Amino acid sequence: MAKITYIEHDGTEHSVDVKTGLSVMEGAIKNNVPGIDADCGGACACATCHVYVDAAFEGKTGEKSAMEESMLDFAENVEPNSRLSCQIKVTDELDGLIVRLPESQH
Amino acid sequence: MSDLKAKVVILGAGHAGGAMAAFLRQAGHEGPIVLIGDEPIGPYQRPPLSKAWLKGEADADSLALKDPAWYADNGCDLKLGVRATGLNRGDKTVTLSTGETVSYDILVFATGARARKLPIPGADLQGVLELRTAADAEALKAALGEGKRLAIIGGGYVGLEVAASARALGAHAMVLERETRILARVACSQLSDFFIAYHKARGVSFELGVEITAFEGEGGHIRRVRLADGRAIDCDAALVGIGAIPNDDLAKDAGLECVNGIVVDLDARTADPDVFAIGDVTHRPLPLYDRQFRLESVPNALEQAKVAAGVIAGKPPLTPEVPWFWSDQFDLKLQIAGLPFDADTILVRGDPATAKFAVFHLKGDQIQAVEAVNSPPEFMMGKQLIGNRKAVSPERLADTTVSMKEVIA
Repeated sequence: MAKITYIEHDGTEHSVDVKTGLSVMEGAIKNNVPGIDADCGGACACATCHVYVDAAFEGKTGEKSAMEESMLDFAENVEPNSRLSCQIKVTDELDGLIVRLPESQH
Repeated sequence: MSDLKAKVVILGAGHAGGAMAAFLRQAGHEGPIVLIGDEPIGPYQRPPLSKAWLKGEADADSLALKDPAWYADNGCDLKLGVRATGLNRGDKTVTLSTGETVSYDILVFATGARARKLPIPGADLQGVLELRTAADAEALKAALGEGKRLAIIGGGYVGLEVAASARALGAHAMVLERETRILARVACSQLSDFFIAYHKARGVSFELGVEITAFEGEGGHIRRVRLADGRAIDCDAALVGIGAIPNDDLAKDAGLECVNGIVVDLDARTADPDVFAIGDVTHRPLPLYDRQFRLESVPNALEQAKVAAGVIAGKPPLTPEVPWFWSDQFDLKLQIAGLPFDADTILVRGDPATAKFAVFHLKGDQIQAVEAVNSPPEFMMGKQLIGNRKAVSPERLADTTVSMKEVIA
């Protein structure tokens, strides 16, 4: 289990426990966090699970694949700390992770 | 006119129904929700059943949309192994297969589609399979493995995805297709040519333009597929993937308009203001294409679930989305945005020989649809351009040295 805090664009916080092995996206879906739609269910095909990773965790969320880089390159409101949350596996090291959500995913 | 305390009854606990319950709670709906599904398990993702799940790369836990406790914790009465058998719109009640009667303030059809069957002798033999549900996938997985021979009836996405997964599991896969090309209903011929060559190079065999006349078995189990030309294809199991039929019978019987699916408006509402329908079962407006159509896709189900939940909870309307689809086969990622309605030109960007290219369907200088193979920029930018109706320069679009960010006319 890792505690993950998802912060909606309007500032609403959702702190939930997510089982290790799931993705950060799956943690949001299972806990009904608004703002992460994940149309493709984690196939890295849609960029509707875009999040901004808190600076303290940037080194711990793994490397972006070429596919993820390419999808993010064309997503809206992309920042250097943007990630597709379906591509971040939850590990014990991510306990306390904070991710912020963009205004819109489409 | 919204009533946040209204009792919402959702028929169908698939991806659409599950998402509907979740989006209602996200939208602040407070009233009771009853979610009725005929499968023994709660809402889960179906797309991985032919891909990651079949190959053993995803487990049941990751497929489930919510943990089982979520439903009770969120005022959602999840009734499983049950289906609605009657609808009385006057009394606003549904009758269930258990005999129980459930009243509603708002009813949502999320009944999905069922696999089309082949009405031929032997269709009820053991080992003649279809793929819609997790239980179907379990049976299919059990039939695959090193050296097993799978006959796949139908060269659509389900058939091709299963063929790729079967090869990954060491099984033989033969696709039998009635049309003269695979993906005939759903993709352009350039894509058909590419995918058939890619599959053949990885050991999948194909018979095109063939008619199946019977499944033949021994001891109640399938042993071969008989073709109209007399040939027999030996196999250990057969998967029938020849399309789906909307589960709209109950709506039809209750007098709701159905045209290959339940007719709804842009709010996912039927002509009865208290009855909505979402997902594969709907015949819905496509404002970008100025027509009604039935879409079978998760993004469509999620869009309509979100729209309907917003309408029920009195939220501001959402902008219609560009329809999109995806398919994973071997190391190929196919992403399709839009639909090729009314297109007058087909333009290929990139070289199919490199397994990285996109086919654009243009109407004048506007993109109607894009089919992108291992090409996320073409998909992402194409989807935006379909949505915002910006004109493109076909010359620049065909030139891979020009970035997708610079193809606008």
